Amino acid sequence: MQPLLTVNNLSKYYGDLRACDRISFTLYPGQVLGIIGESGSGKSTLLDSIAGHVPFDAGTIEYCNRDNSLIDLRTLPEPRRRKLMKTEWGFVRQNPRDGLRMTVTAGANIGERLLDVGDRHYGNIRTEALQWLSEVEIPHGRIDDFPTTFSGGMQQRLQLARILVTRPRIVLMDEPTGGLDVSVQAKLLDLMRSLVRTLNLSVILVTHDIGVVRLLAHRLMVMQNGQVVETGLTDQVLDDPHHPYTQQLVNATLVP
Amino acid sequence: MSSSPASSSPSNSPPANPEPGFNFAYLDEQTKRSIRRAILKAVAIPGHQIPFSSREMPMSYGWGTGGIQVTASVIGQDDTLKVIDQGADDTTNAVNIRRFFKKVCGVATTERTEEATLIQTRHRIPEIPLQEGQVFVYQVPMPEPLYFIEPSRTEANKMHALEEYGPMYVKLYEDITKFGRISLAYDYPVMVNGRHLMNPSPIPRFDNPKMDMNPALQLFGAGREKRIYAIPPYTEVKSLDFEDYPFAVENWDHACEFCGATDSYLDEVVIDDRGGRMWICSDTDYCERRQQERSGTTKKLA
Repeated sequence: MQPLLTVNNLSKYYGDLRACDRISFTLYPGQVLGIIGESGSGKSTLLDSIAGHVPFDAGTIEYCNRDNSLIDLRTLPEPRRRKLMKTEWGFVRQNPRDGLRMTVTAGANIGERLLDVGDRHYGNIRTEALQWLSEVEIPHGRIDDFPTTFSGGMQQRLQLARILVTRPRIVLMDEPTGGLDVSVQAKLLDLMRSLVRTLNLSVILVTHDIGVVRLLAHRLMVMQNGQVVETGLTDQVLDDPHHPYTQQLVNATLVP
Repeated sequence: MSSSPASSSPSNSPPANPEPGFNFAYLDEQTKRSIRRAILKAVAIPGHQIPFSSREMPMSYGWGTGGIQVTASVIGQDDTLKVIDQGADDTTNAVNIRRFFKKVCGVATTERTEEATLIQTRHRIPEIPLQEGQVFVYQVPMPEPLYFIEPSRTEANKMHALEEYGPMYVKLYEDITKFGRISLAYDYPVMVNGRHLMNPSPIPRFDNPKMDMNPALQLFGAGREKRIYAIPPYTEVKSLDFEDYPFAVENWDHACEFCGATDSYLDEVVIDDRGGRMWICSDTDYCERRQQERSGTTKKLA
């Protein structure tokens, strides 16, 4: 099977600080890759570099697109990169306020990416929006409500719907369950797990919640000080941690 | 309301000597040249906003400083100038700008659309179709159509460059969702030459179709925002819409009270404090000429 995304020796420096130090991994279709690590370990910088939000200093990122041709994301012209981000990629932010347009209705939030790719039929957009509201378990009646009137969990689910409407192949998630209470987290995780499976999504999931990766991620990467210190199958890494930092991390997890 | 024959109107005047002490058209030659360079660029890229070094004019921002600078840099000795404000030739803004150019250029002025070679306008396009050879100057308060969606100019420029106009449609989507139709009444965004999204200045949506394939040269000046843009003659101008909610202009259940026109843009005027209203043409030139043809007299708002 051909990998969807190949990251090779990606490095990103902030002055002398190595935020990401020669990071390599491959992501296959349908795979969920979890990245955990403490605050400041470079998880979010890695995700931002992959998504092109910040330029990286060295290394390559290759992506295999829908037409099965390899794209070098480092040299991809910006118009095409932005197009790719709106069609085949998606980015879920920790704070839904950063990912949603809070001043327009839920329907418009979902419709925006369709409008971006040139859909100009109001009726179709609305039908699609309703369908995605059901997918993420938001009642149809809320389609004309503003996201400000939604609860935190609903906002996060709306953010998912807004991204999934153009059927992306890769979704990057930056701590999607942060700031939600445990029961809402559980519901969101459940939803994400079923969406990943039914839509055959590939996901890179950044979090510092071990429970989240255990539930969702197939493979796991542990980061510390900008470096990958341990990598492997999720259960393997969590049940038999080798690196002292991973051991510490697993031990620090509260088990109710 | 008063009656007066159109021929005696003070705004139809022959060329005269300009006031001494001013350069022709107020601005100095270098400034006019720099503005003309911006205009040439603007004409070369229809609908694209060109920055220019907007000057202080002897009037405040918001009163047409952009339009007046564009007019000043393209006006010549042989031009005949017409100035309208909301369609009317006799309102404050129109009268003062016309008087200003009379004073500093000494050019002939007119109220008749087809006699003018240069027309400066605020918020209307005349009902009488523009012709080849005419230059039509708009006063623009806000040139950036994406401003209310994307407050950052840098990002908005990038969106223009990459033709990312999806978010503009989000605004239209919201309109249909809220009101069942696209409710934008003025400054209705258009696509120029199939490429650039453009604000047509606050003309009513009624006037949007007039910009399409217009034989006149249309220039837009935004003084405070320091931008010039243009629609060259015979350029395609399309108002944004949805396939199932096509663009449509306003219409009225009334005819003009004075001239009986049913094909022009009508202003609703409150005439008493008991809810009395009447509808009259906003284009005074058009209205008065029709009245002349019908009855030989003209009625105006007092």
